[in-house]
Amino acid sequence: MPEYIKPHTPNPDLKKVIIIGSGGLAIGQAGEFDYSGSQAIKALKEEGIEVVLVNPNIATNQTSETLADKIYYLPVTLEYVSYIIQKEQPQGILLTFGGQTALNCGIALEKSGVLSKFGVRVLGTPIITLETSEDREMFADALKEINIPIAESVACETVEESVAAVKQIGFPVIVRSAFALGGLGSGFAYNMDELNALVTRALSLSPQVLVERSMRGWKEVEYEVVRDSAGNCITVCNMENFDPLGVHTGDSIVVAPSQTLSDEEFHMLRTAAIKIINHLGVVGECNVQYALSPDSLDYCVIEVNARLSRSSALASKATGYPLAYTAAKIALGYTLPQLPNPITKTTVANFEPSLDYTVIKVPKWDLRKFQHVKTDIGSAMKSVGEVMSIGRSFEEAFQKALREVDPSLLGFQGSPEFADKETLDETLANPTDKRWMAVGQALIHENYTVDQVHELSRIDKWFLHKCKNIAAMQSHLSTYANIAKLEPELLLKAKKIGFSDKQIGIFTKTPELEVRAFRLNHGVHPWVKRIDTLAAEVPASTNYLYMTYNASSHDVKFDENPYVVLGSGVYRIGSSVEFDWCAVNTVNALRKRGEKVTMINYNPETVSTDFDEVDRLYFEELSLERCLDIIELENPRGTVISMGGQLPQNIALPLYNQGVKIMGTSPKDIDNAENRHVFSTILDSINVDQPLWKELSTLQEASDFAEGEYPVLIRPSYVLSGAAMAVVDNSEELHEKLAVAADVSPEHPVVMSKFHLNSRELDIDSVACNGELVAYAVSEHLEDAGVHSGDASLVLPPQNTSTEEIRKLKVIAQKVAKAWSITGPFNMQILILPNGNIKVIECNIRASRSLPFVSKVLGCNFVDLAVSAFFNDHEKIAEFKNKYGDDLMLDKKYDYVAVKSPQFSFNRLAGADPFLSVEMASTGEVCSLGKNLQEAYWGSIQSTMNFKVPISTDVTKKLGILFGGNLPQLEKVFDVFNSIGKYNLFASDEETCKRLGGSVQLLKFPDNTSDKKLLRKLYADNDITCVINLSHARARTIEDLDYLMRRNAIDFGLCLFNEPNTSLLFAECLKEKYESKLNLLNQGIDFQTIPAEVKAWDEFVDLN
Amino acid sequence: MFDNENHKAIFHIQNGPTFKGYSFGHNTNEVVSGEVVFTTSLVGYPESMSDPSYKGQIIVFTQPLIGNYGVPSSVEKDEFNLLKFMESTKLQCKAIIVSDYAWEYSHWTAKESLQEWCVRSNVPAVGGVDTREVVKFLREQGSTLGCIVTDSAKQDMTSEELNALSFYNPGLENLVSVVATKSPYYIKSITESKIGATPNVLLVDCGSKENIVRCLVSRGANTTVVPYNYPIQNIAKFYDGIFISNGPGDPKHCTVTIDNLKTILNDKDLQDLPIFGICLGHQLLCLAAGCVTEKMKYGNRAHNIPTLDLITQQCIITSQNHGYVVSTSSLVDNKFGFKEYFVNLNDNSNEGMIHETRPIFSTQFHPEAKGGPQDTSYLFDNYFKNIFNYTKKSNSETLPSDLVPESLPTERVL
Repeated sequence: MPEYIKPHTPNPDLKKVIIIGSGGLAIGQAGEFDYSGSQAIKALKEEGIEVVLVNPNIATNQTSETLADKIYYLPVTLEYVSYIIQKEQPQGILLTFGGQTALNCGIALEKSGVLSKFGVRVLGTPIITLETSEDREMFADALKEINIPIAESVACETVEESVAAVKQIGFPVIVRSAFALGGLGSGFAYNMDELNALVTRALSLSPQVLVERSMRGWKEVEYEVVRDSAGNCITVCNMENFDPLGVHTGDSIVVAPSQTLSDEEFHMLRTAAIKIINHLGVVGECNVQYALSPDSLDYCVIEVNARLSRSSALASKATGYPLAYTAAKIALGYTLPQLPNPITKTTVANFEPSLDYTVIKVPKWDLRKFQHVKTDIGSAMKSVGEVMSIGRSFEEAFQKALREVDPSLLGFQGSPEFADKETLDETLANPTDKRWMAVGQALIHENYTVDQVHELSRIDKWFLHKCKNIAAMQSHLSTYANIAKLEPELLLKAKKIGFSDKQIGIFTKTPELEVRAFRLNHGVHPWVKRIDTLAAEVPASTNYLYMTYNASSHDVKFDENPYVVLGSGVYRIGSSVEFDWCAVNTVNALRKRGEKVTMINYNPETVSTDFDEVDRLYFEELSLERCLDIIELENPRGTVISMGGQLPQNIALPLYNQGVKIMGTSPKDIDNAENRHVFSTILDSINVDQPLWKELSTLQEASDFAEGEYPVLIRPSYVLSGAAMAVVDNSEELHEKLAVAADVSPEHPVVMSKFHLNSRELDIDSVACNGELVAYAVSEHLEDAGVHSGDASLVLPPQNTSTEEIRKLKVIAQKVAKAWSITGPFNMQILILPNGNIKVIECNIRASRSLPFVSKVLGCNFVDLAVSAFFNDHEKIAEFKNKYGDDLMLDKKYDYVAVKSPQFSFNRLAGADPFLSVEMASTGEVCSLGKNLQEAYWGSIQSTMNFKVPISTDVTKKLGILFGGNLPQLEKVFDVFNSIGKYNLFASDEETCKRLGGSVQLLKFPDNTSDKKLLRKLYADNDITCVINLSHARARTIEDLDYLMRRNAIDFGLCLFNEPNTSLLFAECLKEKYESKLNLLNQGIDFQTIPAEVKAWDEFVDLN
Repeated sequence: MFDNENHKAIFHIQNGPTFKGYSFGHNTNEVVSGEVVFTTSLVGYPESMSDPSYKGQIIVFTQPLIGNYGVPSSVEKDEFNLLKFMESTKLQCKAIIVSDYAWEYSHWTAKESLQEWCVRSNVPAVGGVDTREVVKFLREQGSTLGCIVTDSAKQDMTSEELNALSFYNPGLENLVSVVATKSPYYIKSITESKIGATPNVLLVDCGSKENIVRCLVSRGANTTVVPYNYPIQNIAKFYDGIFISNGPGDPKHCTVTIDNLKTILNDKDLQDLPIFGICLGHQLLCLAAGCVTEKMKYGNRAHNIPTLDLITQQCIITSQNHGYVVSTSSLVDNKFGFKEYFVNLNDNSNEGMIHETRPIFSTQFHPEAKGGPQDTSYLFDNYFKNIFNYTKKSNSETLPSDLVPESLPTERVL
């Protein structure tokens, strides 16, 4: 610290601080808060402060035993957090590290008086500032006081008010709902009809909507600002959206730093940001979003997030500046000059990073996994993840990012679906999740000029010119018949603008590895550069690296012979924060062994890409090409490919074939499990049963196979529309799925297997060493087989599986471990049929989604154990067995149960059918522990975002529950709700009424089912608060009654149960907990007694 | 696009590395040389390149993408008859080095491309250089000389051949005399001043940025700009404030200005005269007070430098561009009453001084920004507070005949 600065004096009264986490990953609130919470915990622990964390997201890094002192896997709600505060008696609370969820919870805690009652001080940005930034009207007033322009905005609480507002503002307008994360329920309206529909929906989610002037076509620019309690203020990073205003920033392609702003514009907005933050009194981190006119100095503020956000996570990774860490230190009273720049160590944190590279973020959507979902993107966020890339030219970074989003893409490219001019122009003008591909199609294949694309899309011409550069190179490369003819200089130029070997190979008709060989022969290779926050001005020994062809020297030496760990890549449905936990734990285990570790990953929302987690971080593509580039330089002693999910696993064999030393199971054996035929043959040879299956290449063969076997599970390899996997009941459906929605041919075979009804499904997570099973855990699915394991509710330890069955499962695990010579983690999904037969449906020889859940619930780290196995370290394995026993399932008794529930984001995906099936739909997970299944489930289900327990505090008013669907279990569920005796029970068709008996009332849906207003009134008039819809199959159309019932439950923010077993369990829980919960709600929070489930992780599980 | 980059160019650092890139600026048979400096600013290349302080220097931009928003008009004037977008009438630096030049620009203020500006200004520009590597070399070796070869016939020159060339060293020249106005000019303020009478400020031009003048007139001061060597000691009493501008090179070349300032500082009748200096102006004031200046290893040129205000203890982010610095110990020891005002938190170097009792202060950084952060514009407000306090006391006498506003030109005289 410079001699001129007085050192910080810690507050001796601050000994324990509670941090509120963000809960399950959902669209609009994802992995970025694992990063921010983790950094905050580290920052506090450094000060010797005891940290209590509330976060039911068991898959996160922040809920690891190595970080916080106490962790509560409980709902982030006023009720539960109040109890935890009473129990823990912290002196301070951090509210800005857990997204909108934590912030809303914090405001509720303050309003309820809990914080003052227990003398808990809000650290960092004060509550009043948080409220001002959240309440649009207060916010507008505050900005008016300092003459900062804001989009004209009128707060409305009814549709009529919004109509009046538009008369004043004029169309087009944007409608936003207040107090909603990620622009939920927001949208544009161009006429009265659209306004009506939009406001109706928005008011179902929030008591108030804002109607504002729309500024489509304006630039969207963001600043990340940090301010300390002494008023020192810096902007750490600014960012500019590739997509003009109109697309939610979470769904926009974002560039950092801004590229098309002049000094005048850049600093006008920077100065305004500082003025705003000073005026609002932020103490910590904050983000300001602007709309900037593309042809004048006009601008206005769109919004301010007075907390860590998705953008701040991005800014943090883009600059190397640890925003969350710094914000936490500021919350403790440090000033910026008192903090060192953790990257350079020699300079202070009170500075603004200078970037000598360009960063691009591209969102990842998974819309194609859903049916009936709208694919347009606009003011409400729909993406499930994002990637970040770094380069020293725009083109280099852009093409990297596009490949990172989807490794099957080559880079900047078109798509034949836009070959039709009308579709192309429509998509350019009205963005969808594939708009950038429409830009590609226009510039590469349709000969559109930059001006034409700009006219339609309003994307700044600077970006389009850069895209055009890539297009020009593509057509130039296509003139080469063969790589051998390519001038090395042109090859280098192509690499400088981000072409991959594979991409060059496709244009020059040469296999990828031949391009690589040719390239290396000509000395064309990437250079390793450091991210050091100061553009090399001051020497810094940072470990944060990227690669570029726009350079001529390396920043680092390669003499560490590290172990390389491949991270998870982009978060998407099916692969998320759980794999980041696995990767980080692998790193920790390797470092504990005294090894140097190099991480490769490109996901800015992760902890594995944090500056202090590894010895070296390559923020790079997880492609064969880039991994080889890195491995050839680093010369690692081993490479771990099994901890980042399927993405790194996909390049295991090609890496192995190039001579890379892979840790654990041989990639050849892994491949033998991934090839269905080999897998099946080996299972047969070891007498392990599996459902009947076949790979078929004509429709006729497919129907012949299915005949007599229905229902069958189909997995076409080429899908035209809809979800890939489906359960099919009859030949009609089969025809529909395979002839209409997919292509079945020898090139695109379909895999079909017998689907076993009413079977139980279990997940077995195991670790083996040299083919010997070392540890395993059996988690039950609450749902019957047929619900994707990622959407299933997992129960551990198993409650309905007999010892005999577990024994059999263990034998299967032992056989599989041996047959594939497994070393490291593997996971199996297994069916137990009603007749007791056991069948393996899937085996993945890698870490699984459930690994953090299993490790944390059983209190023993499976990743640690797997790393010991990698090293064939029998001493460590024996240690594990001594500590936890030989058999975690059969030898040990557990006096607690954990339930992991899926977190869905249907509310973000307008139109999507909230139905569970074999295609995964959830975006995250939450977990709670309890003394029995009911208690654990009760906590777990309430931990899902915005879950409202259907209990009325008004004893004179009965809440309504709506029942529907054709599954036979509906009656049983209905009976339990009925027996509670507190509800009006409804069905919406006469047949269901008949099935359910006398106590049900008919609630007829309006004929015009798209009239949300009528439907909403109907639901409201009958106080419908919960919908139970148990249907056998997905809806075919959006007029389907069951679809309407499910979808509107989501649109109106009600609790929805759509699966029999969980519906029944919830009904039973509700019955048992009804009285106590009602008492609580009536009396406010009872500070005399704390409910039994309010226990920290280490009170349930022995963590020593 | 790939054809654009066919004209090869060499950028060579004397006794250092050679970089091969492409030329996108002026091509010449001659080898162009100068002092190699780097700036880490993210925006503001038109402002930097037209800043007279960069005279004689080859600017290396660490921001890899340069030229994105083109170049705005170099002649358009604002309501004060000051250049609207440029910091002087010319492209001042010797040459520029970038990593990736944007051949196509996009901006509503752009009138030409960076290439066009460089070509018509006879300024070489080299792209395709690993600018990060250049910075790493400079930070180790310190500022050094470099040259640019754009002649296609000379692209095979070896490092030895290049080192053997004679390098122009701007440090040896009085560059201030080159860039400063040749004779006085006058900018009338059209902004109403906050007190009754419109104050008159005397700006000593050592290579002033246009925005310094704007910062004065837009706050309501009529500004008379005189050359750096003008005998200001004789006329200071006619003005409500003196301002010493920024400028290029070693301050020790400006002996006349230093002597003139010495006289003013010691004039008993001018004890209350407000004085404000920026950058070179700060160094000249300190030299006049007996302090020492030194050449820095590689200078500070950035928009992100943390500077501590020793009076308020606030840390501010400043825009900087200097290769020389006032020695802190000499400032601490000075007998004149100057004390440390600002300090650089990165390297603890001096960033400003303030007089213990008199209305005199100066900064090493640039409160006028352009480019860079505007956080310290409050210093101009402080200067004006001093002026208003002083104006109230003083009685402005008639100006000398050769400085009568009506008789002066209304723009820089070159």
